[in-house]
Amino acid sequence: MTAAPSPEVLRAPLVVEFPFTRSLGPVQSAFLTGLRERTVLGVRTGDGTVLVPPVEYDPVTADEIRDLVEVAPTGTVTTWAWEASPRRGQPLTTPFAWVLVKLDGADTALLHVLDAPGPDTVHSGQRVRIRWAAERTGAITDIACFEPYGSESGTAAGSAPATAHSGLFDDAVTGITAPARLDYVYSPGRAQSDYINALAERKTVGERCPSCAKVYVPPRGACPTCGVATTDRVEVGPAGTLTTYCIVNIKARGLDIEVPYVYGHIALDGAGLALHGRIGGIPYDQVRMGLRVEPVWTEGARFPDHYRPTGEPDADYDTYKELI
Amino acid sequence: MRDVAIVAFAQSDHRRRTDECSEVDMVMPVLHSVLAQTGLRTSDIGFTCSGSSDYLAGRAFSFTMTLDGVGAWPPISESHVEMDGAWALYEAWVKLLTGEADTALVYSYGKSSPGSVRDVLTRQLDPYYVAPLWPDSVALAALQAQALIDAGETDEPALAGVAARSRGDAAGNPHAQLPGPRPQGDYLVRPLRTGDCPPISDGAAAVVLAAGDRARALCQRPAWIRGMDHRIEAHSLGVRDLTDSPSARLAAERAGAFERPVDTAELHAPFTSQEVVLRKALRLGDGVRVNPSGGALAANTVMAAGLVRLGEAAARIQRGESDRALAHATSGPCLQQNLVAVLEGEAQ
Ligand SMILES: [Zn+2]
Repeated sequence: MTAAPSPEVLRAPLVVEFPFTRSLGPVQSAFLTGLRERTVLGVRTGDGTVLVPPVEYDPVTADEIRDLVEVAPTGTVTTWAWEASPRRGQPLTTPFAWVLVKLDGADTALLHVLDAPGPDTVHSGQRVRIRWAAERTGAITDIACFEPYGSESGTAAGSAPATAHSGLFDDAVTGITAPARLDYVYSPGRAQSDYINALAERKTVGERCPSCAKVYVPPRGACPTCGVATTDRVEVGPAGTLTTYCIVNIKARGLDIEVPYVYGHIALDGAGLALHGRIGGIPYDQVRMGLRVEPVWTEGARFPDHYRPTGEPDADYDTYKELI
Repeated sequence: MRDVAIVAFAQSDHRRRTDECSEVDMVMPVLHSVLAQTGLRTSDIGFTCSGSSDYLAGRAFSFTMTLDGVGAWPPISESHVEMDGAWALYEAWVKLLTGEADTALVYSYGKSSPGSVRDVLTRQLDPYYVAPLWPDSVALAALQAQALIDAGETDEPALAGVAARSRGDAAGNPHAQLPGPRPQGDYLVRPLRTGDCPPISDGAAAVVLAAGDRARALCQRPAWIRGMDHRIEAHSLGVRDLTDSPSARLAAERAGAFERPVDTAELHAPFTSQEVVLRKALRLGDGVRVNPSGGALAANTVMAAGLVRLGEAAARIQRGESDRALAHATSGPCLQQNLVAVLEGEAQ
């Protein structure tokens, strides 16, 4: 037993990327289909307020609302912020203004961006109009951005009332796919870095709890029973006992192991709990609880490929029953 | 109704990076600290509740890893909120009010350094109309700041004053990430400058709650929770008046904040402009000591910063530096969700 050294903590890029596929209700479907057709729709609440973008339930009363109206593609900036360094995924790659725009005929504002030469050319109250994307699919990005428009007097603002609209279009958009990507640099921390670094030398190390003396493999840095740090590093194995197992009959995609094969819980000698591994080198129907096994490494691998029988007599049940 | 108090509080040093620490490494010292302050052991705790976010970690069910630090085996009564720990504290408070437990351990943590928190926070936005535009948290706060400036509620020098006061006060806080005044810097997203924005922080916090006589036995001067409430506004920014925070005001009213003046307020205002909104909504006069800890401008551990506000307010009461304090936590863009608690110490 030695105190855990502190080698370099491991790090690796981690990309979490997922396309969110979402269905649309009747109001969102009409709005996004409308954008594809260069038509901006809102919804009128019970008290006559026109919400753009529209929602299906009144944000104040929670009443269901379906009364669609068309508003103008022109409007007035209600507030803005200057983005000098556009980030990935944002609508424009050159510096732009974030804007909330109250479209003519609407009582609420839509969040989007304004293509403007610089912050000195943007102000609240400014008149703007939609610049449509060349290719439109039924998404908020069908509005490529807003652009400055017309007189600065603002006399036209709000003068165009919203008009009733059926919300019906040919080939309505019923869903969106919203791609999302987040980039991380993952670090597993000290305990798991130690474990992974030791595996590179074909050693399995665990950590002993200073309070209950249990040895955790793989270590996570804390004893879940005692709630204290596990800091004493312990080498375990290489051999161990199969405590329980299952026979896998369905081949996973991309896995080049013939079925049926055996997957088991292996309590390495000296470990306080069992880890998982595949059992090989023995016909699947001869595998049994208590089988003594050892790891088999393949060239260049960072972890054992599988465990095979050592040829020792089986372990007595009482020696591993606490580890099943 | 039973009286429930915060009887112990601990927080980590909040730092820009903590590569060598796993989440459980970060959380364990604060858990051990609050247990040591009260003399309680894990097995004495009636209920445990935590707050964190999988999106910060980039991993599903990431909170289960930190449960090792609590001593969660054999099984304990435990819950988790995918929210700031202030909301975990709310859940624990309700649990104690029902009489189902007499003590509760509440903790939360955030490790923003592995990812880009500005991008991560875009994933909490409306997925149909807003998230596809990737407006980051600073940009949305900047829209609110400009609305305040246009409305004549503040200006850039006043915002700089909030930043300077906060970080000046943080010089007395050994856990703060940005202690002491620093330059306002360039525009990050105009009108917000670097100085108007919070640091990106890794850290953790924990508190212990106890009911009635149990609280008196565990703490010399418990910080009694006289009321607590949380409210939310419409998620569409264009529907809201960004210069006001009706949800914070309503939560404060329901928490009893307006029944008598408070002497201290710990506000979770990650951006200088948000302090302007909250001071007005919460009716905090010049006589109220706002964010003596330095607030979220000095350390903004996402998912823990709100719980830290409750803890800082409670610690001030325990030290006898406050008799009645307001603690506030927020979540979502532009103060979308707000939680307000009123804490009091008994006459000394
Ligand atoms: Zn232990």
